[in-house]
Amino acid sequence: MQLEDIIKILENKLDKTSFLTIDEQSSPTALIVPDTDLRSVCQVLFEDSKLYFDMLSCISGIDNGVEANTFEVAYNLYSIPFDFQLMLKVILDRENAKIDTISDIWKTANWHERETYDLFGITFEGHPDLRRILLPADWEGYPLRKDYKHQEYYRGIKVEY
Amino acid sequence: MAGKIQYEYKDDNLVKSEPNKYVEEELKSTEVVINLGPQHPSTHGVLRLEVLAEGELIKDIVPHLGYLHRCFEKHAESLPYNQIIPYVDRMDYLAAMNSEHAYAMGVEKMLGIQDKIPKRVEFIRVLVAELNRMSSHFVAIGTYAMDIGAFTPFFWMMRDREHIQRLLEWVSGARMLYNYIWIGGLFYDLPVGFEERCMEFVRYFKPKLKELEEIVIQNKIFIERTANVGVLSRDVAINYGVTGPMLRASGLRLDLRKVDGYSVYPELDFDIPIGEGKMGAVGDCWDRTYVRVLEVHESIKIIEQCLHRLKTDHKRTREFNPQEVVPKKVRPKSGDFYVRAENPKGELGFFFRSDGRSDIPFRCKARACSFVNLSVIPELGKGNLIADLVAILGSIDIVLGEVDR
Amino acid sequence: MGLLDKQFNSGGVMITKVDDFINWARLSSMWPMTFGLACCAIEFMTAGTPIYDLDRFGIVPFASPRRSDVMIVAGTVTFKMGDRLRRLYEQMPEPRYVISMGSCANCGGPYWEHGYHVVKGVDRIIPVDVYVPGCPPRPEALIGGFLKLQEKIRSESRMAPKALEKMMSEKA
Repeated sequence: MQLEDIIKILENKLDKTSFLTIDEQSSPTALIVPDTDLRSVCQVLFEDSKLYFDMLSCISGIDNGVEANTFEVAYNLYSIPFDFQLMLKVILDRENAKIDTISDIWKTANWHERETYDLFGITFEGHPDLRRILLPADWEGYPLRKDYKHQEYYRGIKVEY
Repeated sequence: MAGKIQYEYKDDNLVKSEPNKYVEEELKSTEVVINLGPQHPSTHGVLRLEVLAEGELIKDIVPHLGYLHRCFEKHAESLPYNQIIPYVDRMDYLAAMNSEHAYAMGVEKMLGIQDKIPKRVEFIRVLVAELNRMSSHFVAIGTYAMDIGAFTPFFWMMRDREHIQRLLEWVSGARMLYNYIWIGGLFYDLPVGFEERCMEFVRYFKPKLKELEEIVIQNKIFIERTANVGVLSRDVAINYGVTGPMLRASGLRLDLRKVDGYSVYPELDFDIPIGEGKMGAVGDCWDRTYVRVLEVHESIKIIEQCLHRLKTDHKRTREFNPQEVVPKKVRPKSGDFYVRAENPKGELGFFFRSDGRSDIPFRCKARACSFVNLSVIPELGKGNLIADLVAILGSIDIVLGEVDR
Repeated sequence: MGLLDKQFNSGGVMITKVDDFINWARLSSMWPMTFGLACCAIEFMTAGTPIYDLDRFGIVPFASPRRSDVMIVAGTVTFKMGDRLRRLYEQMPEPRYVISMGSCANCGGPYWEHGYHVVKGVDRIIPVDVYVPGCPPRPEALIGGFLKLQEKIRSESRMAPKALEKMMSEKA
C-alpha cells in the first residue's frame, strides 16, 4: 500500500479532489485533513477493505502557541493486515477548538479524546461522555496549553513548591 | 523540617473533585452503586471503579483515573531529550528498561543515528529489556494469583524477581528505575562476570517456572476462577486498541518485536505465544495469564541467545565505549514522529514534535499501553458477577503510573 | 525484651512500668495499611516478601484503615488523591503514625518543578512522623524507617500526657 493509493481511494469515495495535503516531514508520513472532513475520511479508512485501518494507536493534541493561534490533533492509525502506519493531522482554530468525535468508529478514541479535552480544552462534538479524565473535575485551566498558568492554591494547598 | 498543614477540609471535597457518573436518586430500586478503590489492594494502585450492580450482576463500570497523574507530558515539554529518560522510567515502573529502550530508539530515529549504534550496545539493551520484561510478568502473575486468593505464588514470584532486581542493580546501580539506556548508547558496559551470573540465574529459574506452571496455572481452583471469565473477542480487542499479551491471548499473533523488527530482534529466534482457549474460550482470563507465562519462556530463550552472542561475536573489549555515539546535543530535525515498541503490557508509543531549533521537544505524548488496555474494562465486566471483577481487572495487568502518566 | 527470660525464674512475674509495657506491645505489632500509590509501593511490597520479611518485626500489612496503626504514604501524592488520603487518615484510630516513603511524598521529588498536579510534600496534608528518602527507597531503607518509628513509640508516654504536665507546672 502506498500513500498515493490511499489518497486516490479517499478522493474517489468522498467525491472530492485535492483536499488532502501530504506532510513529508513526518514519520510515518502524514495527511493533513480539513477539520470538516475528518469524520468521513476516518469512516472510509476504517471501512474500505483495501485500506483496512482497524487500529487507532494514538490521538495527540498539540498547541502551536499563542502566535500561531492554532491547535493540532494528530491521529495515528495502523492497519494490521497490511502492516501500514498512517498519521492524520487536523489543524484547528485556537479560539473555538472543535472537532467531530471518531469514538464510535474506534472505541480507543473515547479515552484519548477525553484526555485531549482534559489537557487542551479541545471539544469533541458528539462524544458520548466528555468529562475530565485525569485532572479533578474542579481544576482550573488546561495544563498543556502553552500559555497555561497553574492555579495558586488547590484546597488551600500551595501548588508551587 | 515538617511543614505546616495547609489542607482545608470541606464536606463536599471528594464529590467535587471526582463526582460519580450515576446519581443515587436516579437509580432503580434494584440497582446499587459500589465503589472499588482508590485504596483497594486489588486495583493494583490508585484506580477507582464505580460499579453499577443489579444484585450480583454488573451492569456498568465507570473507571475514574488520574489519582496518579504526574504530568509526564508537561515535564517532557520542559526538559531536554536526555533528561526525560528518568521520567519515562517512572511511567511504567515495573518495566523501566523497556520504556527506556522505546524512548531511546525513538529519539535515535529522529536523529537518524539508529544504524550507527554498536551491535554490542543493542544486544545489551535487548538483554536487560528482556530481563525486565520477565520481572514485570512476575509481578503480573504473582499479584494476579494473590487477587484470586493464592498467597504463595506471590511470594515465589517476588523471590525470583529479586534475583533480577539484583542483576539489574549490578548493571545500572538502581533497583527499579534505572536510567541505564541512553540516547545513542548505554550508561556503562556490563560489569565483568555478569554474563556468567545471568546464565546461573537462567539455570536456577527454569525449573522454578515449571513448578509455577504446575502448581498455579494448572491448579483446579485457579482454572475455575479464571477460565471462561472476562472473554475478550479479537474484534473487540482490536477496536479498543488493546495490545500486548491481552491481544495475543485473544488469538491475534501481533508482536511489534516481530512486526517492526526493531533493534536486534530479527537476529534472534523466538516465538509469539497466543491464547488457544485450552481451558475455556479464547481470550479469557486464564489465557491472558498463560500467555504471560509462555512469554517468560520466550524471554529466557532470548536472554540465552543474547548472552551467547555477547560472549562470542560481540565480546567485551578494552576499546569498547558504550557512549561512543551518544550525541553531545540532541537536536532532531523538525517534524512529527510516532515511534512504538513492544512493552510487557503492550504497544508503547511516543509521539514527538520537534521544532528543529531547540533540544527540548515541542510536544511529546506517550501512548501508554495500560491506559488503552484499561479502557476495555466496561466491555469486559458487563454481565459478569461482582466477584469476577477482581479476576478480570487483575488479568489486564495495569500499572497506574502508566495509566495516568 | 531481653528482660523477659531473666524474669522467668522469679515465678513468671515481671515488674515494669505500664508505659514501657504498652509501648513494647505497640511497637512490636505495627500494622501498616496496604496503601500503595506509585513506584514506592512495589518496594513496599518487596519489603513484605521473604527476602526482606517485614513480618519478623511484627509488621503485617492490613487492608483496612480502621484497624491499622501506620500509614505508609508510598509514592507521589497528587491533588486528586490528596482528598482521599486525608479521608483515609481520618479513618485510622488513634494513636496513628505516618511514614512518608520516597522523595515524592517527602517533597515532590522529581516532580517538584513542573508537576502542576503533584502535592509538594505529603506533610501539607497530614502530619508525618518519619521521612524515608530515596527514589524509590530500598526495602532496607523502609525497614530503617520502621525502626526509627519504633524508637519514637518507645519514647512516648501514654500515662502522663506531656501537655498536662506542662499545664500543671505553669499553674504551680
